[in-house]
This record gives sequence, structure tokens and C-alpha cells, in this order.
Amino acid sequence: MARHSELQESGDNPPSRLVRKHRLSTRLWHWINAAALLALLMSGLMIFNAHPRLYWGEYGSFEDAAWLEIVSDGTRGAINLGSSSIETTGLLGIWTDGDGIRQERAFPYWATIPSGYDLAAARRWHFFFAWIFALALTGFMLRALLNGHIARQLHIRREQWSPAHIWREIKAHLRLRPSDRESRLDYNILQKFSYIAVIFLLLPLMIFTGLAMSPGMNAAWPWLVDIFGGRQSARSVHFIAAFLLLGFFVVHLAMVLLAGPVNGLRAMITGWYRLPEASKAEEAGGKNEGE
Amino acid sequence: MKENNGLLLPRRKLLGGMAASAGLALSGCDALNDSADFRSVLRSAERLNKASQRLIAGRGALAREYSQSEMSPAFPKNGTINPGTPEYLRHVSEGFANWRLRLDGMFARPMSLSLAQLMAMPAREQITRHDCVEGWSAIGKWRGPPLRLLLEAAQISSRARYIIFHCADDFGGTPYYESIDLIDAFHPQTILAWGMNGGMLPVGHGAPVRLRVERQLGYKHAKYVMLIEAAESLSGVGKGKGGYWEDEYDYEWYAGI
Repeated sequence: MARHSELQESGDNPPSRLVRKHRLSTRLWHWINAAALLALLMSGLMIFNAHPRLYWGEYGSFEDAAWLEIVSDGTRGAINLGSSSIETTGLLGIWTDGDGIRQERAFPYWATIPSGYDLAAARRWHFFFAWIFALALTGFMLRALLNGHIARQLHIRREQWSPAHIWREIKAHLRLRPSDRESRLDYNILQKFSYIAVIFLLLPLMIFTGLAMSPGMNAAWPWLVDIFGGRQSARSVHFIAAFLLLGFFVVHLAMVLLAGPVNGLRAMITGWYRLPEASKAEEAGGKNEGE
Repeated sequence: MKENNGLLLPRRKLLGGMAASAGLALSGCDALNDSADFRSVLRSAERLNKASQRLIAGRGALAREYSQSEMSPAFPKNGTINPGTPEYLRHVSEGFANWRLRLDGMFARPMSLSLAQLMAMPAREQITRHDCVEGWSAIGKWRGPPLRLLLEAAQISSRARYIIFHCADDFGGTPYYESIDLIDAFHPQTILAWGMNGGMLPVGHGAPVRLRVERQLGYKHAKYVMLIEAAESLSGVGKGKGGYWEDEYDYEWYAGI
């Protein structure tokens, strides 16, 4: 009841209405997190360039078998994945930098911070933004838990668990028309799955696999590196999880573009979301986050 | 319908804008990286890392020790693999018989020890994981006296805050050195290793003696140690940041992560 009355209408545009969609804490965290993750990814790729090989287990170095390696053997850049090799000349392994100079490094200049090879600087960026990221995530989680955001927006309702419903949503997404059936103020089941997976699985996994690579943390919390099966395994999982997050980011961006980027961006910046006419009736029974 | 028409243009603009801002962000990051003020902001994380790890681990937490079967089949030689100076080569040819390890600086009893004397001291053997700042790890077996025993024998001054390791090698004319604080210097696993993987420490790994400081990254584990200095501050050595990589390449002094 009270929630419904919080939907605030804008007077001048009767066919569609502006409603409060995202609270300040959500919006703040979203943008801090986005900026921190971008800095972490790009500085992380520079750190990876220092030793572009991944292993499983406790140890792994030049003479040990790598499950993934980005190689540059003079003329050819490639990703070696297990026993297969995929040529990536021009993109990975060998590429031309902004000044037209040919470089033999794993990830190209436009994907790394700094753009040139500098392990010490990349580490400084990485650890600084790691603190921002971890503190912001902790703050957001606590706030979202206490203010009911998680309980209301991310809780998967019983009817959403039905296979028929999940299948309908998958089909709607594959037709690139998600959320047609749902109020746009309510997250659909696939959104809930991905947000839960990202916030409660992937993001914490980045923190814990990152800490598990630290020799200081290994002495303090030996169980942490054991969970991942060794330091080099933790490094591999850190890398895999980072690319899963990148995958989430690409899909997330595509969904925002499909659903209306101006409306979506405005909602995530100002909190105000323009409710499309069609879903207005449905929305009356829907939930929103605003306060 | 209405929504689509309204959004076609902004969407295209948005994509163009995103590509442009990505380019801007890229050069912006390099510009930020070149700013001394911004770098000092980034550097604040190093203090946080050190303070929080010291808080969580305490002084005494031990690095993991492994069994013989968990050792790496190959332990990479990294950094200098032979100091190559006439003096060092002479020591190698003499089996380090005339080599001396000096302890100097803020000690009541500065010392000079032969390799035989060092090897006669109570030794600790530990199989530990060596983590390079670049990302690789290797597990090896190390043997040597705890640094603490030497510092106590030379009667380190209560005013000393740092232990500085001066090495026989140099990088492009700059002598290699490293430093640790007393918490790590007195840690039970901090040893001066003269033995590796069951034999004598090879030249490629820092013969005759290298530091093992197991809770930090590889560049802190000074090889070819010649002189151990106790000091009140790091400002008097090199460029004052406490190590070769710290001075020349801006690596963190605290390398626990």
C-alpha cells in the first residue's frame, strides 16, 4: 500500500509516468563498482602480461604445463588452450601499439592500465581499486540486506521458479524482447539469477581468489588458498571469474541498449524511470524500490 | 513504437559516445598514471595492505610448509643468475672459502662470518612456495640459520628499525639491495639460506647465501647477500625506498600481496 503511493507521477506527460526505480545507495554502488571493476580488469590484464600462463595447483612456472597460455613466438600470436592453439596475431600475443610499434605482449595496449608494460604501476592501480571495490561491495551488501532490497528485488518468488516461466523468459530474451510480460519495475527471473550470481558469487570470488594469491594472506588464512586448491589454481579462477564478469557486462550492456538506454541510464543516475504505457496496468500490482 | 522512434538516435549517439569515452578513458588513465599526486593516492593502498595483513596475521603466522613430494620439478632462476664480477667469480672458484658475510651498522658487536661458521650455526630447513611478483610460483627446500640468531649474536641496537641486505650483484650498474622490518627479520621462517633442495645453494639462486622472507614476494628474497646492515631508517641507502626494485621501478616495499 505504502509502496504504491510512493510511485510519483510527473504531471506534464500523461501517457507515461516517471517513477522512482533505484535508490541512492544502489545507484552510488553501481557506478563506483562499474568504475572500480573497469580499472581492476584493465590493470589485471597488464599484471597478467607479466606472466601470461595459467596453471592448476600450488605451483606453476616456465617449465610447468600451463592450461592456458598467450604466446608470441616472433611472427605469430596465439592462445594455447590445452593442446589446441588459436591464432590471435594482431589482437593477442603480437599487436601494434598506438604509436605503430609492434609489441610482443599478451593483452594489447588498449585493454591495459597503464597502456605500456609497467607491472609496478598496474599493481598499484589494482590494489587501490581492489580496496574501493571490496569496501563498496561490503557496504552495498549490508545496506541492501538491511533495507530489504535483497529481500524484495532479488528474492525469487515461488511462481518464478516454475520451469514454464523460466522457459518463457529465456524465449523472450532470445527474441530480444525481455520483460514484455513483466512490469519493468520488477526484475525477471533471468535478471535475478544473473544479479544474484554476480553479486553473491562472482564478485566475492574475485576478492577471495585475489587474497588467496597473497603470500601474506596465505600465512594468515591458509584455509583460503586451500579452498581453491593452491595458489596457481586461485590465480586461474581469478582470471576465469574476471572473464565471466566481462561476459556479464557485455550482456548487461546489450540488455540496457535493448530495453531503452536513455531510460535505463536515467534511472541508474537520477533514480527516475519512465514507465512505458503498456505495462502501466501491470505495474499497479508491481513492486518498486523507491523511497 | 513511440519508444523505438525516440530511442534510435540516442542509441546510435550513445554507442558513438561510448567508443569515444573509452578512448578518452584510456588516455586519461595514462595521464593519471603520470601524475605524481595520483600515484601517491594509489600508493595509499600499500599502507592498507601492510596494516591489514599485519593485523590479521600477527607477527608469528607461518607460511605454509610443504612435503618433499609437493616440490616443483624445476625451480626457475630469476633476476641475476650470476653477478659475474671478478671478485665474485674468484669466490666461486675458491668454493667461497675466503668469502665473508658482514653484519654492520647498528650492532653492538659487528661481525664477519665465514660460510663454514654460518653452516655451523643451528639451521632451519623449510619447504616453501616462492611467489614471483610476475605471477609464477615454485616450491623449493631451503636450509640455513634463522636471521634472528645472527642479529642477536651481533647484538642489534634497540634503535634499529630495518635490516638491509646488500648484495654482490648489480643491475646495469646499480647495486642490488633489499630491506625488511624487524617483524619479518625476527620471524622464525626468515633464514639466510646456504642450502637449496638438499644441496648447496647454486650460483643461479644466489650462492653462497640468500634471504628467505617467506610471507613476501620473490623480489624481497635478496640473493648473493654480502652485508647485513641494521639501520634506523631506509633513507640512507640507494634512493631511499628500501630496495633496488622499489627505487628503480616503484615496486611496493611491502610485498605481502
